[in-house]
Amino acid sequence: MFEALQDGLGSALKTLRGQGKLTESNMRDGLKLVERSLLEADVSFPVVREFMSRVSEQAVGEKVLKALNPSQQVVGIVYQELVNLMGPVDHSLHLRGPNDMTVLMMCGLQGSGKTTTTGKLGRMLKQRGRRPLLVACDLQRPAAIDQLHVLGEQLEIPVFSDRTNKDPVAVANAAVREARKQTIDTVILDTAGRLHIDEELMAQLERIDRQIGPQQVYLVVDSMTGQDAVNSAKVFNERLELDGVIMTKLDGDARGGAALSVKQVTGVPIKFIGTGEHLDALEEFHPDRMAGRILGQGDLLTLVEKAQQEFDQDEMARQEERLRKGEFTLDDFRKQLSQIGRLGPLQKVMGLIPGMSALTDMMGDVDHEKDMKRLLGIIDSMTPAERRSPSKTIDQSRRRRIATGAGVEPREVADLVRQFDAMAQMMTSLAGKGMRERMKMMRELQSGMMQNPDGLAKKKGSTGKRLTPKEKAKLKKEREKEMRRRKREQKRGGDGDGTEE
Amino acid sequence: MGFFDKLKQGLKKTGQLLKTDVRDLFKSEGRLIDQPFLDEMRALLFKTDMGYDAVEQIVEEVATNFRGRVVTLEQVVETWRKKLSELMAQPEAPIRFAESGPTVIMVCGVNGSGKTTTIAKLAYMLKSQGKTVLLGAGDTFRAAAVEQLTIWSSRLGVPIVTGAPQAHPASVAYRAVEESIKTGIDVCIVDTAGRLQTQKNLMAELTKIQEAIRKQLPAAPHEVILVLDATTGQNGISQAIKFTEAVNCTGIVLAKLDGTAKGGVVVAIRQQVGLPVKYIGVGEKPEDLAPFSPEEFVRALFDEVTGEPPRSS
Repeated sequence: MFEALQDGLGSALKTLRGQGKLTESNMRDGLKLVERSLLEADVSFPVVREFMSRVSEQAVGEKVLKALNPSQQVVGIVYQELVNLMGPVDHSLHLRGPNDMTVLMMCGLQGSGKTTTTGKLGRMLKQRGRRPLLVACDLQRPAAIDQLHVLGEQLEIPVFSDRTNKDPVAVANAAVREARKQTIDTVILDTAGRLHIDEELMAQLERIDRQIGPQQVYLVVDSMTGQDAVNSAKVFNERLELDGVIMTKLDGDARGGAALSVKQVTGVPIKFIGTGEHLDALEEFHPDRMAGRILGQGDLLTLVEKAQQEFDQDEMARQEERLRKGEFTLDDFRKQLSQIGRLGPLQKVMGLIPGMSALTDMMGDVDHEKDMKRLLGIIDSMTPAERRSPSKTIDQSRRRRIATGAGVEPREVADLVRQFDAMAQMMTSLAGKGMRERMKMMRELQSGMMQNPDGLAKKKGSTGKRLTPKEKAKLKKEREKEMRRRKREQKRGGDGDGTEE
Repeated sequence: MGFFDKLKQGLKKTGQLLKTDVRDLFKSEGRLIDQPFLDEMRALLFKTDMGYDAVEQIVEEVATNFRGRVVTLEQVVETWRKKLSELMAQPEAPIRFAESGPTVIMVCGVNGSGKTTTIAKLAYMLKSQGKTVLLGAGDTFRAAAVEQLTIWSSRLGVPIVTGAPQAHPASVAYRAVEESIKTGIDVCIVDTAGRLQTQKNLMAELTKIQEAIRKQLPAAPHEVILVLDATTGQNGISQAIKFTEAVNCTGIVLAKLDGTAKGGVVVAIRQQVGLPVKYIGVGEKPEDLAPFSPEEFVRALFDEVTGEPPRSS
């Protein structure tokens, strides 16, 4: 999500970071890059212009140039401006009390995802203990009524429709009357979508709005929309007075610049984001997280929130304890893997971890889910003893046995063991360290992987040439030298942190 | 109504928008081309979604030609038109029909891009050309997608092959082609479920559907159409790249061009992916489909600005 925008900004900011000293001219270059990536992310041009002028004004100031770490300040300014642009949020649906009926009206352009979002919203309300009714007011698109009925069936939520009536206002009225008779407390109207220039449709929506008087009117916006997003949002807002925006299709690689523009132009808060085709893929929108994500800082909070829903808390505590004691086995690794699996598509999860978004890109074409299954298969083919200390017990014959059991090449078993060793080392040293340290190590791990992009998920490839003993010795020497260098740097880095604070 | 008129009708809003905006930039006796002017120009061009590179190239062109001079609106627009035509240049791209047996057209795109409506329009066009058409309801995923296509099939009076709900789309495609061969149909149009180009499994499914079609007819599908929503921004590039990777698209249908959106992203796609635009959708009725011509696209875009009467075609 927002990955492409994130990539663009990431590289733009890297350019800024790379400079030893920030001068006005190289900052302008960097800001130019920021501008370009925002435009390539489909942020509306006037919004970009305003954003850039605000950021440059702050960034080119004297205060920044004299500051200890100017590039970080610029990042901070860009981040803060992004947050300002997309916030403040209001996730409340402003539902009335259970004895009073609330009517929500959904509107949006054709194909923006209104009907699916209506279903998702219904599901969310039902989960919160409300009794929703979905109403098919889209009488334009063939089969729109059927679509809503199918969704209602899947969700076990009642759907109101009237195939004989051609007037959506009458249908909405009848639905509200019907809802009052039943024990319904929330009515969601799924209206027809068209291009907003269609006066007839806008008038129809206005009629529904006037006659039914919905408590909330939401605009559904496709996150892939280009510069036109502001035009349609503006028109809808003028005619219907929107209460919120829901951005859809954010599970793709849409740059999502529309989120920034729509908020800026209409002033209407973005409430939710749709992140998948399945009916539970509706999340609250968080500008701070999104801004952090855009800047490549990862979205740790979202991950934590997600994890809390899915992770077994006790298990986490147990693992934390073991890590502290310096024990980390393949069993633990396996548990973590399957927990991550439960969180959702790996790529999505990885993108949420700071520093990992670059990594997921690097692994680009690799099928993570499949790789994960293969890793699990390998671990499952090991004996408990092997899982406890793989590098000590697994010899060639065991390796062959495990490989046969998991249906992989023995080489892949060896790869897993090697990677596990590196990871175990990191995990045990992570335990008991503060956030700051963790992030730093994460970055180091990442840069390590940059040098060996095949790292975690290695696919079959050439085995390379065999090295002569002489070459091997030379490589070993280089590796040791590199290790020493890193240790030195780490030490120095640690000291540096101390003085900075 | 001629194709040009249809196109113009579709692009009317675009033209009007440019017209007022551009005219604002000019005084009656021309204007000095300086940095503020170039900035304003960028703002206008960016609105079309043609993307960073194309905009910068056009701005560059105007800057080299006229910087520091006082020019008229017509001169500037002529430069835009020339440069944009250059960027958009593409060979004619009509539908390539099979030499014998049915021609298979596979239609794909992201969710909500307008695939089903485009299929209806294609079917209508082919039918009015005297060809027999069969629809394959390959979108077995979205709720009621099959119903939507079935409604179109009865409205247009063309046969349809559907599968059981949740049936594998590849099997529907396979049977649709099989049926077309058996009954001697000229064109078989296969619908597919909308999918985001980043969904690896679903993209793999698309490849599988194509393979299923090839089991019946090795040379098929003769056309693989990517339906692109004209409101799409720069994400359209990613769509073109990834769909082409999966099923080797042969062209684009630019749908929903009747709004204020300009579909300018096809300029960027043409440059970066090379995929030609075959047709444009300019309305909601089955007859609202017109073949795409870059010269006319550009001309229609700027005619309103200069107030020239459209050349009849």
